[in-house]
Amino acid sequence: MNPALQGLLTIVIGVGGCVAYFYLSNLFLDKVLFPPRGANAGRNINRANMIRPWLFLLPALLALGLYLAYPVFETLRLSLTERVRGGGYEFVGLANYRQMVSEPKFWEGFTNNLLWLIVVPAASTAFGLLAAQLTDRIKWGSFAKSLIFMPMAISFVGAAVIFKLIYDTRAAGQEQIGVLNAVWLSFDGGPGSFIWLRLVPALLLLSLAVGAVALGWSLLKPVIGREGRSPGAVFGALRLLGVALMALLALLMLRQIVAVFATDFPYGQPQTWLTIPFWNNFFLMIVLIWIQTGFAMVLLSAALRGIPEETVEAAIVDGANPFQIFFKIKMPQIVGTIVVVWTTITIIVLKVFDIVFAMTNGQWETQVLANYMYDKLFRANDWGVGSAGAMVIMLMVTPILVWNVYNARKEMR
Amino acid sequence: MDSIAGKKSSLTWAVNIAVVALVALWVFPTLGLLVSSFRSGDQIASSGWWKSMLPTEQTLTLRTAGGDDAELIDGLYTVSGNLFAEEGIEPLDITAYGTSSRAVSAFGPGEVADMGDGEIITVEANGDYVFTSEEEMSGRGQRVFVSAETPPEFTLENYDNMLFDPSNIEGMSKAFFNTLTVSIPATIIPILVAAFAAYALAWMDFPGRALLIAAIVGLLVVPLQLALIPLLKFHNGIGIGKGYLGVWMAHTGFGLPLAIYILRNYMVGLPRDIIENAKVDGATDFQIFTKIILPLSFPALASFAIFQFLWTWNDLLVAIVFLIDASGETTVMTKQIIELLGTRGGNWEILATAAFVSIAVPLVVFFAMQKYLVRGLLAGSVK
Repeated sequence: MNPALQGLLTIVIGVGGCVAYFYLSNLFLDKVLFPPRGANAGRNINRANMIRPWLFLLPALLALGLYLAYPVFETLRLSLTERVRGGGYEFVGLANYRQMVSEPKFWEGFTNNLLWLIVVPAASTAFGLLAAQLTDRIKWGSFAKSLIFMPMAISFVGAAVIFKLIYDTRAAGQEQIGVLNAVWLSFDGGPGSFIWLRLVPALLLLSLAVGAVALGWSLLKPVIGREGRSPGAVFGALRLLGVALMALLALLMLRQIVAVFATDFPYGQPQTWLTIPFWNNFFLMIVLIWIQTGFAMVLLSAALRGIPEETVEAAIVDGANPFQIFFKIKMPQIVGTIVVVWTTITIIVLKVFDIVFAMTNGQWETQVLANYMYDKLFRANDWGVGSAGAMVIMLMVTPILVWNVYNARKEMR
Repeated sequence: MDSIAGKKSSLTWAVNIAVVALVALWVFPTLGLLVSSFRSGDQIASSGWWKSMLPTEQTLTLRTAGGDDAELIDGLYTVSGNLFAEEGIEPLDITAYGTSSRAVSAFGPGEVADMGDGEIITVEANGDYVFTSEEEMSGRGQRVFVSAETPPEFTLENYDNMLFDPSNIEGMSKAFFNTLTVSIPATIIPILVAAFAAYALAWMDFPGRALLIAAIVGLLVVPLQLALIPLLKFHNGIGIGKGYLGVWMAHTGFGLPLAIYILRNYMVGLPRDIIENAKVDGATDFQIFTKIILPLSFPALASFAIFQFLWTWNDLLVAIVFLIDASGETTVMTKQIIELLGTRGGNWEILATAAFVSIAVPLVVFFAMQKYLVRGLLAGSVK
């Protein structure tokens, strides 16, 4: 059958089936099972109303259960088993996990993912906040916003092609068609080159390291009893884990700062950007930052508009300058939204797959967990280790999951 | 807001410039691809796309007519004519010319070039030349290097090849329709399922409701990577294997948490009076839902529909796992582009065109329905 026709038929059957199910099941409930008539009319109405919500929920619950809840447990089970020849599975305990942590590619993916987790949400939120704050004050702001927001509509694969053109390399002597190389070749080792290629990156790295240390310190404070009541054992352990990760990242950054000043840059030679270890991660991250900034901007812009005017007016009357107004008056009022933006982008980062798959496929030390897992599942056909990789991603998402559920429940009460 | 205190902010100019820079930075990458898709392969390879808006300078090597055509005028052997006509190419505007490969643009148009040995040549801007020599000429004509400006040139040929050429096996037209076939049912079906569930969660009282809502918030962030293998096994188990049915079902399942979440948040905000009045008038829940809630929830339905459409259209992972089999008949555009990146990595005219074909539809949807997209974002992010 023609796929288009099949698609049309599916729409008709799917939509018609849904409507028919809802209509007929309600009809059955009201007319046959518990008719609101006769001796038991009152009791029947109550009973029907007890059952009806579940009629409405049933298809959704089935789909959610089958497509999202069941796979979590099935993946957990698969990660503990090994396929045996001739079909069937064998329980192997933690052997898959042990094999996974012995592979350098896994650790490469893991540390890269951590790097992504710090850089992409931070940069997207920062750029989004900047864009939101700036565009709110000018006449053509909404037009500017829609242009910055536009990459949201572009697929990761499309964005990968767009940025591959930017990073494109031609042999020395030929005309460069990638913007980055064209810009690079305009550097000649003079003072301009020193500022842009050593000082600015070093400062950026330093600020990242400082950010990691600050985050680590704020995680550590309650544990060592410097602030408030000390957290429970579980949260204390989680916090310590976070502290360790932050310390690792800060060290990594500091090492790179030294490297930035120590290395000799090959001026005048076109670079293949995506093959430079460590830095190529950033070239990939730029793609996601480019896409996610619009999202951050939209949410933060709405939050900025929601700030009561009086607070800003009072600050102006008191003589605050625009920067003070922004950092001391506005920022504290939109912290909630910033957390939302941050966590949402964090989840997207944890699942990032298409960009790496399309641009480097994990070569040249750009592996990330999602791509590592895909490699294991569909190239190496090793379902056990692949599932173990998926469970690691799930584990990294879990704190956010718990936090979201906790907040949603708090809000409902 | 700063003008409240009675002074206009001196920062306005700085803000405007900063926004222009930011917007330029964000548009620049996409623009590069768009412009490249309208250039021929040679043009893309010979200059950066940012130079394509300006006329490009190129240097050509041309020859005058040979010595056999020389006439004796005023005691000098003279050859004259038009350089472009001699080579049979389109005339260009000459900005400079030269007679030695070491100085290809030594003379301006109309200037007299003395080559020594009594040889003199003059080339005009339109390519007309007069070449004179005191001695008799023989053999081939004199070499002349001319620098000329070619105007910017764009072509629709790439799109023509990509979409309408039946012999082009890398064509995107089939993938385009496959993508459409995936995304439309995968957008419509979850909406209906989610709408009923959202109504129950928003307006019906039953034990366990709060728990269910919490569970849906939790499922919002479950990475779909976990679902790949278990569901592939499941699809193979029930006999649908890889195909459209599987990918539709997968997209429906993965889209439901967000759909229910957005729709429920919206429906909770609808005025209670309307629903209670309808109940007093004897309407059943089913009637309330179809006649009141569904029409009123249109903005939320549209928001989710746009999200789901963009997501299914742009998706790669779900398609390669649940849809595309070994035959490759059901390939979608994102997968096709990945293939092209592998096989035609250097052919930017093909890549750029293919990528732009695939992002054109989402861009149109985005600009047409941006209002709903923003509203959906504001409703859909977990607060």
